[in-house]
Amino acid sequence: MAYAEQAETEALHEPKSFLTKYIWSQDHKVIAIQYSLTAMFVGLIAVVLSDLMRLQIGFPGSLGFMDASTYYQAMTMHGMIMVIYLLTALFLGGFGNYLIPLMVGARDMVFPYVNMLSYWTYLLAVLVLLASFFVPGGPTGAGWTLYPPQSITKGTPGTEWGIILMLVSLAIFIVATTMGGLNYVTTVLQARTHGMTLFRMPLSVWGIFMASIMALLAFPALFVSAIMTLFDKLLGTSFFMPAIISLGQQLDHQGGSPILFQHLFWFFGHPEVYIVALPAFGLVSDLISTHARKGIFGYRMMVWAIIAIGVLSFVVWAHHMYVSGMNPYFGFFFATTTLIIAVPTALKVYNWILTLWRGDIHLTVPMLFALAFIVTFLVGGLTGLFLGNVIVDIPLSDTYFVVAHFHMVMGVAPVLVVFGGIYHWFPKVTGRMTNDTLGKLHFWITFLGTYAIFFPMHYLGFQGMPRRYYAYDNYAFIPQSAQELNAFITVVALTVGVSQLLFLFNLAWSTFKGKPAGSNPWGAASLEWQTPDTPPVHGNWGAKLPVVHRWAYDYSMPGIEQDFVPQTVSDEELEQMRQLSAETGIADVKT
Amino acid sequence: MASHPLAPVESSSSNPPSSPPATGWQGIANDWASDREAFRQVPWGKAMMWIFLLSDTFVFTCFLTGYMSVRMTITSAWPNPSEVFALTIGGREIPLILIAIMTFVLISSSGTMAMAVNFAYRRDRAKTAALMLATAAFGVTFVSMQAFEWSKLIAEGVRPWGNPMGAAQFGASFFMITGFHGLHVSVGVIYLSIVAMKVLRGDYERSGNYQIVEIAGLYWHFVDLVWVFIFAFFYLW
Repeated sequence: MAYAEQAETEALHEPKSFLTKYIWSQDHKVIAIQYSLTAMFVGLIAVVLSDLMRLQIGFPGSLGFMDASTYYQAMTMHGMIMVIYLLTALFLGGFGNYLIPLMVGARDMVFPYVNMLSYWTYLLAVLVLLASFFVPGGPTGAGWTLYPPQSITKGTPGTEWGIILMLVSLAIFIVATTMGGLNYVTTVLQARTHGMTLFRMPLSVWGIFMASIMALLAFPALFVSAIMTLFDKLLGTSFFMPAIISLGQQLDHQGGSPILFQHLFWFFGHPEVYIVALPAFGLVSDLISTHARKGIFGYRMMVWAIIAIGVLSFVVWAHHMYVSGMNPYFGFFFATTTLIIAVPTALKVYNWILTLWRGDIHLTVPMLFALAFIVTFLVGGLTGLFLGNVIVDIPLSDTYFVVAHFHMVMGVAPVLVVFGGIYHWFPKVTGRMTNDTLGKLHFWITFLGTYAIFFPMHYLGFQGMPRRYYAYDNYAFIPQSAQELNAFITVVALTVGVSQLLFLFNLAWSTFKGKPAGSNPWGAASLEWQTPDTPPVHGNWGAKLPVVHRWAYDYSMPGIEQDFVPQTVSDEELEQMRQLSAETGIADVKT
Repeated sequence: MASHPLAPVESSSSNPPSSPPATGWQGIANDWASDREAFRQVPWGKAMMWIFLLSDTFVFTCFLTGYMSVRMTITSAWPNPSEVFALTIGGREIPLILIAIMTFVLISSSGTMAMAVNFAYRRDRAKTAALMLATAAFGVTFVSMQAFEWSKLIAEGVRPWGNPMGAAQFGASFFMITGFHGLHVSVGVIYLSIVAMKVLRGDYERSGNYQIVEIAGLYWHFVDLVWVFIFAFFYLW
């Protein structure tokens, strides 16, 4: 048996009832929607938490229930949910699940049953996480990095149950991601359609593919640190716990190394930044190329940059630890690698801009979000250069400059791509267009709002305003003007938070009442827009798998009337199109 | 914008190449540049198992580096494994004898597993199933001896949070790492038994595809290989 035929011969599990079609579904498209909706639901909780925090910072004492413990719990849960349960799950489980099989021309993921298990395991992780809001002591307030010793010693909120549920939830989440990631990687490697070589795959697939590999290699470190922390907490071991006096009591621990936890955590934590960023890079490349009607500039370099970033991201982790007390000589090595990783990243930014250069730019809603991503990512990336240098990082670490940096680069920027991606692929998922006016309103409020929120934070950081404080009034070293700025940020944050309802309303309304989209409303060349049905039915491709003849970016080809050439068009057909265009005389070569 | 007028058609590019496949570096380059699959002749399940094992390697690597890092940084003395893991047989104390037997058992199980894979491809169902069950039996033996080792240490007062011989992290690392590995062996025993039963029942006769035995074998060999590293880094160091 030739195994390449596996894609044709493998039996498809046709869904039979409502339950197997929409709930216990093995179809990658349904699983993708389940993942996305769950992720957006927890994301909404995280947005509410961040607004509660902002109310406390901007107007201290305005919320009656907000004491220091509650603040730290809100902060921890906001960070953890946003990074892991929203962004990672949405990019890999949501976009990855939906786009990979459609973009590489597969009927489904290679192991649909495992794929389904992945979602239900993820849901279990989410439920365990949310359960920690209802246990005695509440969720953990250790900060999203969960550094021991403080995360498991008395005095930190949530050390009774919250931290245990958090660590267990993370472990379950890692099992879910592993099952999903194995599927994504194997599908990309082994289940592409005829003619779909690796260098013909859209950059979206490349980004998600590389991020999935990184997830498989980076999450083990988090898994191990979660287990060891659980042991320290539950069994009284001392992996991370040094001899310590807490609340006047000598604890039973001794000899452990808190820095070991930080190494393990950031060996996961830094690749995690790129697990979120690489899919965003990929999706935004496709958005820009499609809506600028121009082939992506430097496709191969873009692919190699994704691979280079993926590899390099495993050797930069300790730049999060310059002030941790590790050997100072490490700083030299990790600062160097950090600056090296800026090279392929900058290359990508240049290529996006060169793709836009003299393109036929359509300012559609997805394109607006894509352009906003470039700007935001650039700002966040540049402040990353500040923080990557030890000598600049030391005065700036643990200030709002850091908060501004990572929110720009891995908070706002990927979320903008999430929005852009949803607006872009929504017509394929539902067969209907989203509302343009609502979309643009949502865009401008979100884009300008996030700048109004995070730009001033750089300045607050330079002023020396420390992060992770519960209240900033009554400190002599923080001037009154900072407090006014904080109030301003809070007002904007509330506005942006509430405006996300526009987005949700737009999605809900358009799903049922939106303008019918047709099969390819954007005139995109990549494979997912060439399905025989919209939305694609189970099995995606009808009787025969598609055949791919070209890359995914043939836009505005000279001498052809139609300004895009789908990946499924062969050279002979292209020649026919060219002749047809010449006869009608409509197409003239663009000068 | 109009949708494109041309439906996908079959073309010559879907036909398999007629020339013999290139070998060496050129072959690797050709495989990776090809359409449909990057690893020629590798079924999905096998590719997925390899990728999973790569991920699992990182889990064990993190456990082992974590343990080694702790062991290097603690100030109290680390118990001498040769003494802790010694058995008194016939009035003489033999260091690491139990671990040596356990290692021997596990390595032997890899041998029976490899033979099972061989017979599976010859579609000799009875021998395949018998050898797989023998492998699983070796696995059970290994886990049982590990249980004996655990109970002996527990009887001597070794606990995750402390022990009479020295650094508290000794017990913590020991129970965590051998426990996690033992869990892998136990899962492997169940996995092998299920596949062996299905082989015996003839579940794979319809497709004639016995790759599943090899895939289960990959997992088993991996668990075996990991033990070699645990043996080297925990018991011999």
